[in-house]
Amino acid sequence: MMRYFQPEFHIVRDPARCIHCGCCVRQCANECHYFDEDGKTVLCRDESCVSCQRCVCLCPTGALRIEKFKSDYRESAVWTQQVQKEICRQASTGGTLLSAMGNPKPYPIYWDHMLLNASQVTNPSIDPLREPMEIRTFLGRKPDRLSFTKDKKLLTEMPPQIKLETPILFSAMSFGSISLNAHRALSAAAKELGTLFNTGEGGLHPDLHDMGQYAVVQVASGRFGVHKDYLNNSAFIEIKIGQGAKPGIGGHLPGEKVNVEVSNARMIPVGSDAISPAPHHDIYSIEDLRQLIWSLKEVTEGKKPVCVKIAAVHNCAAIVSGVARAGADIIAIDGFRGGTGAAPTRIRDNVGIPIELALASADQRLRDEGIRSRVSLLAAGPTRNAADVVKAIALGADAVYIASAALIAIGCHMCQTCNTGRCNWGIATQREDLTRRLNPEIAKERLVNLVTAWNHEIKEMLGGMGINSLDSLRGNRLMLRGIGLTEKELSVLGIRHAGE
Amino acid sequence: MKITAGLTPYGELNRQVREALETTDTVTLENVNGQRYIGCGLDAGKTVTIYGTPGNDMACYLNGGRVEVFGNGQDAVGNTMSGGEIVIHGHVGDALGYAMRDGEIYIEQGVSCRGGIHMKEFGKMKPAVVIGGVAGAFMGEYMAGGVIVILGLGKKPEDDLFGSHCATGMHGGKIYLRGAYPEHHVSRNIAVSALNEEDQKELDGYLQKYCAYFGADMEEIKSVPFVKFTPESSRPYGNMYTAN
Repeated sequence: MMRYFQPEFHIVRDPARCIHCGCCVRQCANECHYFDEDGKTVLCRDESCVSCQRCVCLCPTGALRIEKFKSDYRESAVWTQQVQKEICRQASTGGTLLSAMGNPKPYPIYWDHMLLNASQVTNPSIDPLREPMEIRTFLGRKPDRLSFTKDKKLLTEMPPQIKLETPILFSAMSFGSISLNAHRALSAAAKELGTLFNTGEGGLHPDLHDMGQYAVVQVASGRFGVHKDYLNNSAFIEIKIGQGAKPGIGGHLPGEKVNVEVSNARMIPVGSDAISPAPHHDIYSIEDLRQLIWSLKEVTEGKKPVCVKIAAVHNCAAIVSGVARAGADIIAIDGFRGGTGAAPTRIRDNVGIPIELALASADQRLRDEGIRSRVSLLAAGPTRNAADVVKAIALGADAVYIASAALIAIGCHMCQTCNTGRCNWGIATQREDLTRRLNPEIAKERLVNLVTAWNHEIKEMLGGMGINSLDSLRGNRLMLRGIGLTEKELSVLGIRHAGE
Repeated sequence: MKITAGLTPYGELNRQVREALETTDTVTLENVNGQRYIGCGLDAGKTVTIYGTPGNDMACYLNGGRVEVFGNGQDAVGNTMSGGEIVIHGHVGDALGYAMRDGEIYIEQGVSCRGGIHMKEFGKMKPAVVIGGVAGAFMGEYMAGGVIVILGLGKKPEDDLFGSHCATGMHGGKIYLRGAYPEHHVSRNIAVSALNEEDQKELDGYLQKYCAYFGADMEEIKSVPFVKFTPESSRPYGNMYTAN
């Protein structure tokens, strides 16, 4: 068949180093490496390489390297190679372009345009290695006021609260989009860290039933795996309205990925498509959302907080206000750079707004309306490191969700092809020969290490500001200054410019 | 045990029902006036009988229990239920049996829009919705499993058996229809066929229960022929995408 465009990547094999052991042949699910007809010489083809770096990392002699396939087109800032390739793909197939992971386009990343404060002279900074530093976080609706008896006993009935030892939770990734070993690692790490993982919309696998207390269980439009015991076997419940990577559209787990195990968790037949409709068909308004929130509280007898997750979109501040008034205890806002196992390219790259702006405007709106304490705010999509976490909390988040960072910790190299189901790192796949590559014990350790390191960095940054409790940073935008931002951007973020 | 609902707020009423069901298996509610979530998550072996008009989300997350209503239901009856039985001596509103996974719902008369959306089945779980009258728009949209039966009993000549966009995106399950139906409302991915022996046996089981619950005449129902809707493909969107 005539090829209209060039491969994305070029596999470079150093003949001086390659010993033709065939390790790369065994590792590549995309079948880029293969033995020649002689059965001894390893060759490679570039066409299906996604640059997942698996062969590079595992080659015992360091003989492999992936570089961009270079074949320069006539220069055009309009008709770039990527634009032309996408047109050719669609001309060949007539299909909607499908991508994975978050929006890769060079939109502004506001985290990188905000700087943190530190104490000098007027307020002593604190050394977290020697002094207590509080990053424990409680999620849930806080009462407007507390009343006590004369002997100081609490009279107010407290809404259910979620106690976390870190302001970092693992975000929704369904079993189906990622492997059972990945779910095992996430749940075990959450348990050890004193935080939570999130089932996504794929239900909870029966093997992980005992990890329910560390799980945020999701109720999405397809209602896969949702039943009374699932809802009660949880830390809290999350109604998924939208996802930052693909606001306004539903999900679609192709039948090829619905094997026996996925089928058991989602409670659908093996091989059938798992289609999550774009809307919940019992929610067409804030009033309907209220009905679902309270039905979930009814079936859990009010013991579980209910979270509503929305994508960051143009009017999200007003939407967040409505959701808070509908009775949500926690609201998660997912920015447009958030990850996904599969999303139409056009949606991923063009719909939604950055989390930084959405979070700042939502927090401000709730404050202006005097209802900020009614809900906890979770920011997602994405936070890349401890500094992003600290900035998110200063902007108004109670805690953050991480997903892409967690996957990178356990092997993901952001090749952005989760949708193919051929993840060579055993994460975004259900192929048994591939999922075996992810050791849940090692992966758990790596996740624990990552969050432990971030926790320490958060404490260091807090200490530098002379703050010994994360609660004193929440919504404390005086600790932030903008750099290289316009007046309008500063005003939406609610921060001053550096030097002011 | 009998409880008079009157104007008791739903939270309090449902708490009373839960408490009563700790010591008994059957609760009868009288003078119900739109209280929501009655029978929510009701477990197997428990029965709630309702006189009056229960509110939205009745028997949501039903977990094997039985709810019978002498009156009409409102919206989202049997929402996301996992098993059990709901019998309504009357008609119901929108979003009946949304995403139900198992159990049976019998409606004596008609249902409004969005009935049986995203019903699904799993292993031995196979949900069924039997509608005595006619159905509104979007019946069986996204249907992934289970059975819907629409009888059209008492249908006026100007009424259609179902509204627009019937079974849009259906990719599993069956819909049995009695008599003439509006062909222009059927979505493109639907195959229409006659019932085979197995279908007939399955349908008869549901019809017998319908007749028993509502005193309908089996012979009269069966005097009009049935057809069956099934999806032409279990992968309606299988070829939609191109990896980028």
